[in-house]
Amino acid sequence: MAVTAGARRQQFQADHDQKKVLLSIRKVTKYFDEELAVDNVQLDILEGEIFALLGASGSGKSTLLRMLAGFEAPTEGKILLDGEDITDQPPYQRQINMMFQSYALFPHMTVEQNLAFGLKQDKLTKDVITERVERMLKLVHMEKYARRKPHQLSGGQRQRVALARSLAKQPKLLLLDEPMGALDKKLRTEMQLEVVDILESVGVTCVMVTHDQEEAMTMADRIAIMDQGFISQVGSPVDVYESPNSRMVAEFIGSVNLFDGRIIEDQEDHMVLQCADLDCPIYIGHGVTSGVDERNMLFALRPEKTLMTREQPEGEFNWSSGVVHDIAYLGGHTVYYVRLPSGKVVQSTLVNTERRAERPTWDDPVYVHWAGDSGVVLRS
Amino acid sequence: MKIRRFSLSVTIFWMGIFFLYGPMIMLVIYSFNASRMVQVWAGWSTRWYGELFRDAQLMSAVGRSLQIAFYSASTAVVIGILASVVMVRFRRFRGRTLFSGMITAPLVMPDVIIGLSMLLLFVAMAQSLGWPAQRGMLTIWLAHTTFCVAYSTVVISSRLREMDQSLEEAALDLGATPLKAFFLVTLPVISPAIISAWLLSFTLSLDDVVIASFVTGPGATTLPIEVFSQVKLGVSPKINALATIIIGVVSLVAFSSWLLFRKIDQRNRAAARMAAGH
Repeated sequence: MAVTAGARRQQFQADHDQKKVLLSIRKVTKYFDEELAVDNVQLDILEGEIFALLGASGSGKSTLLRMLAGFEAPTEGKILLDGEDITDQPPYQRQINMMFQSYALFPHMTVEQNLAFGLKQDKLTKDVITERVERMLKLVHMEKYARRKPHQLSGGQRQRVALARSLAKQPKLLLLDEPMGALDKKLRTEMQLEVVDILESVGVTCVMVTHDQEEAMTMADRIAIMDQGFISQVGSPVDVYESPNSRMVAEFIGSVNLFDGRIIEDQEDHMVLQCADLDCPIYIGHGVTSGVDERNMLFALRPEKTLMTREQPEGEFNWSSGVVHDIAYLGGHTVYYVRLPSGKVVQSTLVNTERRAERPTWDDPVYVHWAGDSGVVLRS
Repeated sequence: MKIRRFSLSVTIFWMGIFFLYGPMIMLVIYSFNASRMVQVWAGWSTRWYGELFRDAQLMSAVGRSLQIAFYSASTAVVIGILASVVMVRFRRFRGRTLFSGMITAPLVMPDVIIGLSMLLLFVAMAQSLGWPAQRGMLTIWLAHTTFCVAYSTVVISSRLREMDQSLEEAALDLGATPLKAFFLVTLPVISPAIISAWLLSFTLSLDDVVIASFVTGPGATTLPIEVFSQVKLGVSPKINALATIIIGVVSLVAFSSWLLFRKIDQRNRAAARMAAGH
């Protein structure tokens, strides 16, 4: 299933330009009394994509989602769905449906009645409703549970029902609020791929909110990183992980080693940073494009992009000596915490391809090195 | 050692039971007394039950009390729901604290004061507006509604406060207007609280003698007032019979609701087990 999602992502990349914009968020700002919750957000969501708003709690992502659903009104700005201004529409008139974090299944209704609720509000005929409810039950594999009440279902089953209910009205846009928030870890991984499969088969455009980066990267085509009401970066999972545009994004997604450096050479095809924490300078395989007066830079290096060896690497760039300070064996890979002579601790990940291989152990002298294009230069 | 502790706790248990239920048992036994004198035992008889049903005055008081209790409870619950929604769901408005304070004030107000102030109000209204022209069932109903609203609002608003607000949002999200969402989702979810508020109000109204005796008028004697005035002339065994019937009905209702709740609970647990091990 992961493969199909990946293939879809490539397909998505290919016709990125041809897709039309379904939802347009234009300079939306929201104040709660004096407190700024959402700060001048500008976003375009394309038709058919799964878009994730990723951020810590209090970053304004949930407020933004609630404004899309119509539960909060923006202080400033406009929201356009399919070209139509829906900023002032109440929730019950929007062609947007939401799956709530608590699922919000109506406790006094059976699964069937829950699914039919939205359809009844549209005054559809009985036959159409029955047919649609059956189709939805089939979609989420819950046919056997049609007459159960929500409290008679497990967490995963409730989630399926909630998803089916939000899809039953065939909304233009689906909103997911922390979709896996109420599930345990094992079920979470399972459901992430299943939900993506279901969304894919329906072909609905989806905006989700999550604080779990793994979830966002597994499910979404594009991710927006939110911090203090502001969108820091928008891009594919690869973009935000491999090319973060700020220290905040680099630190928020995955783990990262950060080095303060000073530019000592800046050419078109390469640059060299001098860093006090390292034994030798950092060589980077590209120059800084925009004119920079600022000479101090931040070098961000992911732990899995580093190599740890016992022998001293060749060359005069991109390595440092150190001692193994701590080891976190995680089964699939091991994270080594290497203390450099300056006292700074650097993380280095080693994939455990061999069983019980001979590895450096605590207090062993080692060298950490990396290739010229492994890291990212950020303005500090 | 073990036996002694056991017997001590058993003794205390029976003493407690006797303390709570002894008077009632006495009353039930004496309702079957053949003698006219309450204190003198003269053998078993159901004579007073027959007398009770022949006492038209007492019977009409029972009917009137049930009627007033029914209307007061129903009105109090409707007003209680409205007040709860205003208190819990509305955004903060000027005078909100004052409003919720006023709603619940009758909880701590002595009945005598409520009754007296009601009486003064009704007299003043009758003089200035000409309505209500006479004190009677209408004024008792109004007075009972007033103090039952306090109790029903407390019960209903606490349930409404606990309710997951995203349920209402989900209803709106699925296309229901706010009014429809209220009737289709909010009301059913808080219905257990509404039922208990109704039962509580019904009991309070049926039970009240102080407020009713202030605001009652000619031809509107409620059961507690009737019983009170009859007892003043000497306790009649008929009253014992009436009390026994009331105790019986109350126990039956309590027992059957307990049975019903236990059955629902068992069914839910069985279903939950089935769902867990599917």
